Amino acid sequence: MIDVIIVGAGPAGLSAANVCAKNGLKVKVVDEFMKAGGRLLGQLHEEPDGTWWNGIEEAKKLSEDAQELNVAVECGVSVHNIKQEKSYWKVYTTKGDFKTRALLLATGAAETSLPIPGWTLPGVMSIGAAQVMTNVHRVRVGERGVVIGINILSAAITRELQLAGIEVSSMYLPGKNIVTEDAAKPLSTMKSMLKVASLAPSKLIRLGSYFMKYESLQSLAVRFYPKNGMKVWGMPVHLRKAVLEIVGDKKVEGVKVAQVDVNGEPILSTEKFVPADFVCIAGGLYPLVELAAISGCPFQYIAELGGHVPVHNENMKTPIDGLYVAGNITGIESAKVAMKQGAVAGYSISMDLLKTDVNIEDQLQQAINHVKQTRNQATIQFHPDIHSGREKIHASFKNTLRTDI
Amino acid sequence: MSKGRIIDHPILGRLDEREEVHFTFDENKLIGYEGETIAAALLANGERVLRCHEETGKLRGIYCNIGHCMECRVNVGNQKSVRACLTVIQEGMEVKSGRKLPTPFKKGETQ
Repeated sequence: MIDVIIVGAGPAGLSAANVCAKNGLKVKVVDEFMKAGGRLLGQLHEEPDGTWWNGIEEAKKLSEDAQELNVAVECGVSVHNIKQEKSYWKVYTTKGDFKTRALLLATGAAETSLPIPGWTLPGVMSIGAAQVMTNVHRVRVGERGVVIGINILSAAITRELQLAGIEVSSMYLPGKNIVTEDAAKPLSTMKSMLKVASLAPSKLIRLGSYFMKYESLQSLAVRFYPKNGMKVWGMPVHLRKAVLEIVGDKKVEGVKVAQVDVNGEPILSTEKFVPADFVCIAGGLYPLVELAAISGCPFQYIAELGGHVPVHNENMKTPIDGLYVAGNITGIESAKVAMKQGAVAGYSISMDLLKTDVNIEDQLQQAINHVKQTRNQATIQFHPDIHSGREKIHASFKNTLRTDI
Repeated sequence: MSKGRIIDHPILGRLDEREEVHFTFDENKLIGYEGETIAAALLANGERVLRCHEETGKLRGIYCNIGHCMECRVNVGNQKSVRACLTVIQEGMEVKSGRKLPTPFKKGETQ
């Protein structure tokens, strides 16, 4: 029997593994991808102090620590089922079934897609796909592309594509339809972008931090948003233009773009064809929770956390015995927060499995404080009300326990 | 060979030298590099189309690139429906694109 199985070798999973192993537990980490590091692997951005956050290096550090601590990290392994038995969990993988005393789900996030006519054409991909191709595989996704969806993730990755010498000609809103909802509305997109003021010095953002304070000015800014877009990193960002259709015969040849009114409704007479050999769709991230769902863990829908999340407390424990969660499965935040959450889960599991050790309790408390500190200092914040989202999910953990009694 | 690849990068540095891996895609001989996925090797060779929709025949390529969307299913040797974005390319691998399947019970279609 293994002490701890961790699903996901990303920032949360590896950090948790290393803490557990330091406390003498026998740990196994499994991940579907062929390299450990999770979405850290693609990340590359400049911090406000001018240093670079290089996810590949961060992943390497975590992996090397794991190796030194004798953590078994197995890549290319998919988990397709988990089952709670009387005193252990059974984990079903593509490389055999395993028994474990504690199970940590650190499965991360997936990307929300924005269905737009033509989105299944070869050459259309999620923005994260382009990130992995560019920074991890070092393969060009194309010569000249457009990005559909204006949000923190697409802004950061578009910058990464530019760094690698791949031209992105413009960023547009998605055409309005039943699915694209808020992402297609200029005002709500503007509002969410204004909250990322620290991402990079740019006209849009400088302007934004001013408009942020005044609701009426925000709609004015959208109303008078320049027709040719506002240039960020030399590339026009169009809050008043949307992609209505992706066009191509056997693969992407371009997009049909039109101006939109302040509500995101297209002005059809303004339709124009923009050539492109690749298109990235950026709909944002949501917690990847399937394994938690089949475990019987209760869920809450919390918009601030990015969707449905398994109920858990500050210790990263779910109401189900021996089941823990950490990282983006608990809500969409930066990799730095995920790493700290992983450490919390590691101490929490160690405390539960090694009941005699009193020191761990202090370390757990410290680790919880580190999560809060990191959250407060985060450069990349996916949701402005993340704190209230965290309070809601922790409160629902208390309520779950109460109703059980 | 290097056309589809990002050899030099201002922050990540120069791409490491890697061993070549020879494989076929629908019987065309192609070259990839050790440790990379089928999806990466194919895209670097300019192959965007990985399969077609089993019923409509519409062409498909990679979408999410991290194993979630299942759009990049290809056949490898005798193995059907392998995710190209998660499977590492191996020397001598025979990769085949997914084909349209017959729909004998669909209204208005024969055979």
